Amino acid sequence: MAPDVLVVDDSAAIRKILQRVLRQTGMDIHTIHEAGDGQEAVELLKLHKPALILTDINMPKMDGLQLLAAVKASDAWRHIPVVMITTEGGEAKVGEAVKLGAAGYVRKPFTADQIKEKLAGILQPVLPL
Amino acid sequence: MNLHDLIVNCIRHATANVFSTMLGVEVHAGEVRVENGAPDANDGVVSLIGLAGSWTGAGSISCSPTLACRVCSALLMTDSTAVDEEVLDAVAELTNMIIGSVKTDLEEHLGPLGLSIPTVVFGRNFRTRSAGNADWMVVPFDWDGECLQVRLCLTQTERDARPNLQVASHACTVDV
Repeated sequence: MAPDVLVVDDSAAIRKILQRVLRQTGMDIHTIHEAGDGQEAVELLKLHKPALILTDINMPKMDGLQLLAAVKASDAWRHIPVVMITTEGGEAKVGEAVKLGAAGYVRKPFTADQIKEKLAGILQPVLPL
Repeated sequence: MNLHDLIVNCIRHATANVFSTMLGVEVHAGEVRVENGAPDANDGVVSLIGLAGSWTGAGSISCSPTLACRVCSALLMTDSTAVDEEVLDAVAELTNMIIGSVKTDLEEHLGPLGLSIPTVVFGRNFRTRSAGNADWMVVPFDWDGECLQVRLCLTQTERDARPNLQVASHACTVDV
């Protein structure tokens, strides 16, 4: 069965855009789950096994870096690639994300091609393009 | 380059980039102005986002309901005709991307800055004002006859932070 993807952003607009972009990439995806913050994402991770997480950084309750740390600290989840998609383009945030184990980093605003290009390098073995 | 010119250049670049990348639209900046004191009353949508660090301040975007719906339609590929939750969320995200890009560009000169989550206000005859003696850099953009205004206000909060770059102190409040 085709794998699931988890999209995490407090903006419903960005979640909708990423849903569209992911469908446009041609990746064979079963379900795209959505969470509005890191806490919701953790709850969804307990129920589903996504092959990929796309997450914003600046979110209420639990931010994207905290979510990344939680994923990488879990034996059950640490294999899941986490791609940060965020307005936070400063070296400090990028460095922190890389240090925590982010698989990739895309700065908003983004094009569909930028997302596809980034994911292609990360997911070829997981989600054939 | 002084702080005023730096901020204006960052706003022009960030706004044009966000519109062309996310909405497929070319927008052109109009004449820049500096606002201090009570601004004109607003009718429409205003989205505010805070900046914090060794410099603190706020950024905002304001536009008419018509333009807010147009932004939402272009961003989400929908047909929005009235300001609803989806439209307000789209304007909030537009603010996040524009002011977030400005913030990232400014960080090269001012050091690390934090960005808050946007707050969006929609209504008639309301004013946004600074509690302090703040100067706001205001850059208008035209999109087919409708105006979107991007504002930014920054003040230094630490004595050792880049003494050559100075604007007035401020705190942001909204009067409805």
